[in-house]
Amino acid sequence: MALTKHSSRRRGRAVLRFDRTALLILPLIAFIALFYLTPVFSMLLRSLESGEGWSLSAFRAVLSDGAFWRVMQITMTISLITTVLCLLLGYPLAYFIARTRTSVANILLLLVLMPFWTSILVRTYAWMVLLGRRGVINDTLVNIGLLERPMQLLNTRTAVYIAMVHVLLPFVVLPLYATLKSFDWRLVDAAKGLGAGPFASFRQVTLPLSMPGVAAGAVLVFTLSIGFYITPALVGGPRDMMIAQLIETQVRGFNWNIAAAMAVVVLAAVLVICALFARIVALNPLMRR
Amino acid sequence: MRRLAGFSLGLVSALILAFLIAPMVIVIILSFSSARFLRFPPPGLSLQWYQEFFSSYAWTSAATMSVGVAVAVTLLSLALGIPGAIGLMRGRFPGRRLVAAMILSPIIVPGIIVAIGLYYTYADYRLIGNPIALVIGHTCLAVPFVVITVANALSGVDPRLEQAARNLGASPFAAFRQVTFPLIRPGVLAGGVFAFATSFDELLIALFVSGSDAVTLPRRMWDQIRYQLEPTIAAASSLLIVVTLGLMIVAELLRRRTERLRTREQERT
Repeated sequence: MALTKHSSRRRGRAVLRFDRTALLILPLIAFIALFYLTPVFSMLLRSLESGEGWSLSAFRAVLSDGAFWRVMQITMTISLITTVLCLLLGYPLAYFIARTRTSVANILLLLVLMPFWTSILVRTYAWMVLLGRRGVINDTLVNIGLLERPMQLLNTRTAVYIAMVHVLLPFVVLPLYATLKSFDWRLVDAAKGLGAGPFASFRQVTLPLSMPGVAAGAVLVFTLSIGFYITPALVGGPRDMMIAQLIETQVRGFNWNIAAAMAVVVLAAVLVICALFARIVALNPLMRR
Repeated sequence: MRRLAGFSLGLVSALILAFLIAPMVIVIILSFSSARFLRFPPPGLSLQWYQEFFSSYAWTSAATMSVGVAVAVTLLSLALGIPGAIGLMRGRFPGRRLVAAMILSPIIVPGIIVAIGLYYTYADYRLIGNPIALVIGHTCLAVPFVVITVANALSGVDPRLEQAARNLGASPFAAFRQVTFPLIRPGVLAGGVFAFATSFDELLIALFVSGSDAVTLPRRMWDQIRYQLEPTIAAASSLLIVVTLGLMIVAELLRRRTERLRTREQERT
């Protein structure tokens, strides 16, 4: 940053909008434009195609389709409840890690990072093994006599929540931990010194000041949930179909313009949420500049 | 009272951590089971599912495909991402934020949208089932992570160091290679590890563009999980967990090294 200011001054008052260092980014831009933006945009454009010429018929078909709205409603419900559960579980854990001494905290953080790095497919498979009719949980409950017969755990909404929270919890814990770690804990001492109890000082000082971390984690989990495919497909039942699964069925059925119209709607929803919270989500140095 | 609050917070945290870790531990234990079915606890230990995995051509060729694609993705992501991050952080051009948003967008855009976009395009060019299709698709997802880690490392290096080398007569490339690069090397390696892991774990793109010829390990696992249940999947899962665990530890060590190599005081916000 210092250099760019310096070098532009050195080149005098000529209004130079580019410098040679900027050229280094061209191969990357070309690659992204050619192999990512073009395919995605041409896919999205198919939503406006119908037989011959352009039309909005695919959008009309999608938006007047009861099944689409039902699946959208399920998707939003699952995403919202997953986000709330992640916050409820993630906050105490992040708080605890932030308050522990560094050597222990580093080990606990590794335990949070381990599932974060493990593939979603492997983690979902683990829950299939645990929740199945002859799975670990049912077997154990029957063996110790708490259940007479195995109960239906897999392919239920509960299974979707459990597995999705498991997959997404690290996305809440990590930003919350970062916020709480840099938090000035003397403020809590000050509140206590002024006579606030532990609960009051948490509710009036710690919680409000950790809101940026809460919001960042919540937006991340919510937007990621909307696009979930693997987990609901494997542990959910037929009534837990999410929008990504519906899009996939349309693609397999060669209703490519319908699938594209649904993709446009989902993408618009995700981008609107991100735009609203852009300031909070922009946590990395590239977006901060 | 305070003691009790601290104790219950610790207990709750331990339970949440157990919830995070236990499923993977149980899968690893089950992969060593001597039973024909996935029973817990296993009646005895054996390596039969690993034998099954390594003696099956379908599984080993899927593993080879995954490693091959991931290596190619890593090299391509670094080749594009390192100069990209330098241009973004040190270059001067209009619309920087827009370009950054464009490069980082694959992280936010739902995977299914990227996957079907690539599927339609590759179908037009008859690239379905070609490993190159996987390499290109995975690179789109992996490159943002390289850009982020390299940019992060660069933000800790004082640009005046390179400027000093230039003033002492070094060419731009020599100044970069001998001054800046050694300081950002851990960030570069961490980006490479991220890129490898991204490709190695990726399923959605593979689901659409693998066809029947470019089957990766996650894709083979998916097919097996959906159409027949065999405990070899537990062995395959355990291998994936061990590989990603190794990658994670490397990345974490590199991250700590990057922190130590910072030459510039950061104004922390």
